[in-house]
Amino acid sequence: MPYLGGEETVRELRRALSNPNVQSDPLRYRNTILKVIRTMSQGVDVSGLFSEMVKACATVDVVQKKLVYVFLCSYATLNPELSLLVINSLRKDCQDPNPMVRSLALRNMTNLRLPSLVEYVEQPLTAGLRDRAACVRRVAVLGWAKLHNLQPSSEIDAVVVNELYSLLRDPDPVVMVNCLRALEEILKEEGGVAINKPITHHLLNRLKECDIWGQCEVLRVLQRYRPQSEDELFDILSLLDSFLVSPHPPVMAATLSLFLSVSSSLPAVSLAALERVSGPLLAACGSGSREMRFAAVCHIQLLLRSVPGLLGVHYKRFFCGYAEPAYIKERKMQVLVELVNDENVAMILDELKGYCTDVNTDTAQAAISAIAVVQTMRDLVWVCPQCSDTVCLALEGCEETLQDIQGRQALLWLLGVYGERISSAPYTLEVLIDGVRSEASLGIKMELLTATMRLFLCRPAETQDMLGRLLHYCIEETTDMCMRDQALLYYRLLHCGIEETRKVLQGRRSDPSLGVLIGRPTKPVSQWARCFNTLEPLSQGAVEAESASRGSPEHMTYNPKPNADLSDTLSCSHIQEIHSGES
Amino acid sequence: MISQVFILSSKGDHLIYKDYFRRRNHYNHKDLYFLHIRQGGLYWVATTTVGSSPFAIIEFLNRLAALVKDYCGSLSEKSVQMNFALIYELLDEIVDYGYIQTMSSDVLKNFIQTEAVTSRPFSLFDLSNVGLFGAETQQSKVAPSSAATRPIQSSREQGGKSEIFVDVIERMTVVIGSNGVLMKADVEGEIRVKCYMPSCSEMRIGLNEEFSIGKSQLRGYGAAVRVDECSFHQAVRLDEFDSHRILRLCPSQGEQTVMQYQLSDDLPSALPFRLFPTIERDNGGRLLMYMKLRCDLPPKRSPLTFVCLISLSQELSSPDQSAELKPQSRAVVWQIARFAGGTQLSALFKLEVPSLSSASMLEVGPVGLSFELPKITATGLQIRFLRLSPVQPGPSQRWVRYVTHSDSYTIRI
Repeated sequence: MPYLGGEETVRELRRALSNPNVQSDPLRYRNTILKVIRTMSQGVDVSGLFSEMVKACATVDVVQKKLVYVFLCSYATLNPELSLLVINSLRKDCQDPNPMVRSLALRNMTNLRLPSLVEYVEQPLTAGLRDRAACVRRVAVLGWAKLHNLQPSSEIDAVVVNELYSLLRDPDPVVMVNCLRALEEILKEEGGVAINKPITHHLLNRLKECDIWGQCEVLRVLQRYRPQSEDELFDILSLLDSFLVSPHPPVMAATLSLFLSVSSSLPAVSLAALERVSGPLLAACGSGSREMRFAAVCHIQLLLRSVPGLLGVHYKRFFCGYAEPAYIKERKMQVLVELVNDENVAMILDELKGYCTDVNTDTAQAAISAIAVVQTMRDLVWVCPQCSDTVCLALEGCEETLQDIQGRQALLWLLGVYGERISSAPYTLEVLIDGVRSEASLGIKMELLTATMRLFLCRPAETQDMLGRLLHYCIEETTDMCMRDQALLYYRLLHCGIEETRKVLQGRRSDPSLGVLIGRPTKPVSQWARCFNTLEPLSQGAVEAESASRGSPEHMTYNPKPNADLSDTLSCSHIQEIHSGES
Repeated sequence: MISQVFILSSKGDHLIYKDYFRRRNHYNHKDLYFLHIRQGGLYWVATTTVGSSPFAIIEFLNRLAALVKDYCGSLSEKSVQMNFALIYELLDEIVDYGYIQTMSSDVLKNFIQTEAVTSRPFSLFDLSNVGLFGAETQQSKVAPSSAATRPIQSSREQGGKSEIFVDVIERMTVVIGSNGVLMKADVEGEIRVKCYMPSCSEMRIGLNEEFSIGKSQLRGYGAAVRVDECSFHQAVRLDEFDSHRILRLCPSQGEQTVMQYQLSDDLPSALPFRLFPTIERDNGGRLLMYMKLRCDLPPKRSPLTFVCLISLSQELSSPDQSAELKPQSRAVVWQIARFAGGTQLSALFKLEVPSLSSASMLEVGPVGLSFELPKITATGLQIRFLRLSPVQPGPSQRWVRYVTHSDSYTIRI
């Protein structure tokens, strides 16, 4: 937002700050400083007021001091010489009897980020590590990390590092956690803090004293630890069990990450942990905070890669709320598709149908694709024909809005196989046939050809004409050899007679021997454990491509028998010769 | 962990920007991720690296918004602008070098010096703010929502009334299918304590004695108050919970959520609303939607705000209702100011829809209800008593309030 008249404002502020009447009136002085900060927060460049603000630093009014520090820390790097003037005031404050003043001064000294000040800052920081007030020690510890960041090439004294290690035993939990953080940064080249057995056990024993932020930090650092025996491993896991089911999602997630990392060689333990955490993770999916819900649903998607059946019974929790934002609805629908099983498939399809008319077109499209994916991924219609009526009803009117290739292929397959029950099937196919020249995807064209043939067999009057046009295109016009061959095959089959064609084309519509719905293969936990509790699951958009790439189920099993009449194509014997020649 | 924090207005203007200077020379902007939440009509944004925990950052932003609300009294663009100095002070004390130090208002009160600036002085009899726990002028006095939106006192001031609010807030998510069958009914509830009593060291909250957790096959005599799952704040002591259903805690100043619970599918009371819709096409090609809405609450209880959203000429059965068509969201919004328990309302909507086909008829619906039911909990959870120790000197007020509101109440057509 452009702020008009910025320069004028800065001039006025300078006049006010230099005015002795203002300087002698504490309230007026503070209010003027307040105006400077307000102007700064509105995006105006007030760096020209630096020297006036330096003078304002020497005050007993803590509120004013804090405001001046906010200014100085933002602009110090632009004025290194002037900043030196502040150092004296800050060093004096570091010895103030009030611990709050001491910690404030120490923190801001290190926040100035001026390499030229390092020599003045080291002594107060060293003293700060031994201060009797915890709030000062907390600031001093992080101060060393900031110093290291300022001059990464220069080494922090080994004495300081040792002192930081010993402060891991400080009675104040925040000091302890800050030490972990500082050491992780300072020793980054060497792999961070040395997490050995005594330190690990010490940290674990003090976990309960920390607040949730401290707990998250400790759990994160401990991921590097490798227990020396299975007994030790199980001791650690049982100690952490209460944190695994914590009602605070950050702690729960951090604990699970730790579990997965220390038990990476024991998949059974990992899986048990996933089951244990499913309750709290589900609770997070119903959190009052929408963003928390989103994070939880994204992480559930990770879990489902390895334990797909884990949450099947809780599928209703992933029904979308009417006013839920689209980004959550999209993920929930992806989860619903994964949770489909024999018992809930009808309910889930019904629910997805309800979303197809969502006002947000992206959501509606996602719902329709989800319905189509349910078919290909679960081989639904293949395996349980009793659901096909539901599917047919759901498909009415879906055609125009499907965009993605897998969804459209699935739809075409369904139209071909169940075309007699879907009244609009020939008209849908006709539209596609008329547009086949501009269709880019070969898979779609192949599927279209097969579907039209099948539909012809059950509804010849409506389909004959369009089939003729399609075959003509495929044989005479297309440059795709696969398409041409397939079309030639069908053409010759038709010449052999309708019954012959029917025998070949009306392949199996369902496999009654497969009682249970087959899902996609589960992945080992180690494949995704590394990205649990990071931002990665939130930024991954769609479901993995591998599930939907299979297109219609039939391509897996349909093997056209070689026909002696098809002299244009290569015969099998010819192929065998080539292979034997190569080996 | 946290590189920068922004608070932006709903239009994206920078209200607050705080940098924790974690950048190093080789840091490039592609390594930074932005995470945000929306609260109080504002965007709360943090930048961080990809390896950070999204749960932690989102929780941090939620807590930050709650702290700002506690300290400033309310959450809005105006209150943030008026209190920018206080918020900078908070951001300075909460996070040091990008690492969260503390977010407890008890600890912070010793450090935060700036006082809050509110737009108008707090008054218990302020009835203009109708919203959550809106005021009623009838028999029982209910504290208006503004009562709990006062800023918490900084440690030096002792003025202001000593009060404590215990709120039981439930959110209902219901889906009723097109055949009238209940598909899903979930309740998510919270007990929140807002403490403005500086001298309170311990409080004990007693719940219904028959409160039980978990699905059980046994059906006892009398109404059971039951939830599926229940979790408590870290600071709550449960030693008396098993025997007498008493929660013990030392409340910190400001707001905290003491207990969270959820119940799926087995609600003890009837659903508050049922809808009987009829959708037809008349001879002139218009879409006719006849909605009969029945409120199954006991007659004394009535919802305060009620909006019925139908996606997709008005004849409404009583004058204190209104309806309008919202073309951008393709919805008809039916607002009902007063809906008495045990009554039925009806409305007939006629819509002109160009080229209305039988396929488009399928696109009508669902109906979403949005309501707030004061003094009711869907689970039947009640606070039996509230005891504070030490016994408070001087006058102090305790408020216990219940509300159930709709999270998502969907009726398919």
